[in-house]
Amino acid sequence: MTPVPPDGDLGAFAGLFGLEPVGSPAEPEPRARGLFRRLRDAVTASQAQAISPHLAGIYQARLVSDETWDDLEEALILADCGIPATVDIVGVLRDEAAAGRITSGESLGRALTDEVSRRLAPVPARIPLGDAPTVLRVVGVNGSGKTTTSGKLAHRLTALGQTVLIGAGDTVRAAAVEQLAVWADRAGVDIVRQAQGADPGAVAFDAVAAGRARGADVVIIDTAGRLQTQHNLMEELRKVHGVVGKAMAGAPHHVLLVIDSTTGQNGLSQARLFSEAVPVTGLVLTKFDGVARGGIVLAIERELGIPVTMIGVGETIADLQPFDAPAFAEAIFAPGAGGDA
Amino acid sequence: MFDALTDKLQGVFSGLRGRGKLTEADIDKAMRAIRLSLLEADVSLPVVKQLTGAIKARATGDEVMSSITPDQQVVKIVNEELTRLMGGANVSLAMAPTAPTVILMAGLQGSGKTTHTAKVARLLAAEGRSPLLVGCVVPRPAALVQLAVLGDLIGVPVHREDGATDPVALAKAGIAAAKRAGRDVVLVDTAGRLTIDAEMMGELVAIRDAVRPTSVILVVDAMTGQTAVDVAVAFHDAVQFDGVILSKLDGDARGGAALSVRAVTGKPILFVGTGEKVDALEAFHPDRMASRILGMGDVLSLIEKAQQNVAVADARRIEEKLRGGSLTLDDFLVQLRQVRKMGPIGDLMGMIPGFGKAAKMKDVQVDERRIDRIEAIISSMTLSERARPDIINGSRRRRIADGSGTTVQEVNQLLAQFKQMQKLMRRMGKGGLPSMLGA
Repeated sequence: MTPVPPDGDLGAFAGLFGLEPVGSPAEPEPRARGLFRRLRDAVTASQAQAISPHLAGIYQARLVSDETWDDLEEALILADCGIPATVDIVGVLRDEAAAGRITSGESLGRALTDEVSRRLAPVPARIPLGDAPTVLRVVGVNGSGKTTTSGKLAHRLTALGQTVLIGAGDTVRAAAVEQLAVWADRAGVDIVRQAQGADPGAVAFDAVAAGRARGADVVIIDTAGRLQTQHNLMEELRKVHGVVGKAMAGAPHHVLLVIDSTTGQNGLSQARLFSEAVPVTGLVLTKFDGVARGGIVLAIERELGIPVTMIGVGETIADLQPFDAPAFAEAIFAPGAGGDA
Repeated sequence: MFDALTDKLQGVFSGLRGRGKLTEADIDKAMRAIRLSLLEADVSLPVVKQLTGAIKARATGDEVMSSITPDQQVVKIVNEELTRLMGGANVSLAMAPTAPTVILMAGLQGSGKTTHTAKVARLLAAEGRSPLLVGCVVPRPAALVQLAVLGDLIGVPVHREDGATDPVALAKAGIAAAKRAGRDVVLVDTAGRLTIDAEMMGELVAIRDAVRPTSVILVVDAMTGQTAVDVAVAFHDAVQFDGVILSKLDGDARGGAALSVRAVTGKPILFVGTGEKVDALEAFHPDRMASRILGMGDVLSLIEKAQQNVAVADARRIEEKLRGGSLTLDDFLVQLRQVRKMGPIGDLMGMIPGFGKAAKMKDVQVDERRIDRIEAIISSMTLSERARPDIINGSRRRRIADGSGTTVQEVNQLLAQFKQMQKLMRRMGKGGLPSMLGA
């Protein structure tokens, strides 16, 4: 591996992609705490406004009463978890309480974070890099952050010593290709591009072919944003998936669905309809900072079982992180999260 | 995912119709159904509570308790309360008494700010005004290019200064340029951030104070969940925006956020964005939005679209033929083309009550390309073939298939479907049709 300065974040990325750790073996403990702190910082602002009064009330209560369960339900709804997931989680915790394992507000808080973290991480999400090149396709609705995610990902993988090539597959949005070119330039990776309005299938095919010819380790294909109800555009997504498969058997190896953390219950519809069109292998939760709650991933996990692979907590490249379920659960629901505001 | 509230309430009230009074427990159950329904549509929780309170007060009154169709009464009340909460009537964009009118656009990153800046400019240009676009989006890679491309597309000039780094100076220069060039509206696009941060708000406030806009417009993504209210409140506290544009309402988002933003900030929703194209911007109507949130369809918008696009005489002639069961393939073609003028058929179906859900199902999905093929097939027929499809024998079918670039199977399929439709129409003409229209 190329010698890269030891970097906790990069180490976590190495794990996510099944690569050897960079530099000195990353110690999982400080890394987890680093991310946790970052997430905690990120949510503090919003927690103070809406969820935290509910949670603070719950966690401070000496006893668990009917009112506690109502408050808990509201807190989960405010975090955009959706009603089915909320009802499930509250049900599990009520059973725990009935069994005498939750006796105070504090123990309820711990049980809640445990339950959320258990749901989101039945197995750690992985994006193993195997075939050369491994082809990743990034899909999602308009404005969710696909292009930025593609760019950041290229940057992180390059730092891990991988040769990356980007396919500028968003040929629809004005200036999307230019935006990605800026990212490619920053990351110092090759980009395969055509003019706006070009056939996205041709761009994808060329990107994979170029990736093979140039011996790239990873090819990242960006796509145009589309709303999941746009039947023809979803058909196009499906078609280009097939085109990529023709350029290289078995590709694309991973399809990442990018979801904006501020998304409400529509996120479930996004996950459902994108999965029907192409085999979505993982979620990327973007813009998880400030006001966002991201509870929608619980609703998606409940219905579709798609794991969250990465989370974007800010605008810099280092702010794209491998998803850490316990840290995420604690950042939103831990006793005291944001309670100091 | 979203069962229409009507369905749920019907479930709650089923079996009670005509049996006399509702009990308190029935009403409570109904309130729970309403609460869940609103939350599933992403209406903000505090607003849901406020609404259910108001609805319950009315629902326990006589108008519901003594009704023989309590579910419909409750839906009517919910609809009215929702409409009231969203401001009641449509509000239009304010123009300054002396030109230029300055409109400042604000919003989070990815909300569709730049696209909607262009959409508003296009709309104003279509109304005979002469807008100028100014992009104060310094930090975003290629954002200026996006605005320039959009400006080109809609034929509206974009003020740009390459290498400018101060958004405030850029905004001022843009307005000065508009005055010099005699442009009467200036639309200032601003940088979005991922989140509400002090830096973004500071920049926005600085621009606002420097240019004193006629209106500040906040762009909110219709797919936003419970966060929408926090975003709106934060922007309102900082820049006191005057109106809201709800973007990306063309998907299956129910846009409960819309309701919440109006309810919490008191500021009206001016427009909704309904597609990627620059002309996909519509005036906001609270009553229609209420119908959409309740999954009741939007018949009014459908009728408006029809009135704009369908020739009345043609429609009347076709209706008579429909009733008589004497519809020809030519009539069918005329009708098909008229319907298509109204927009994508999938969108139209979503406006029909009860179809919103059906349109989402696979088998009802309308593939526009299939309709293209149907048009091609009929166009390849002679007039006498269109009038009397029975004469279309094997060799004619081959000729039609070749002429339209389709296959004989597709021609057969169309003819069979048409025959089926004629039969159905004949049956409806004998009494089924009036009740269908009156429902």
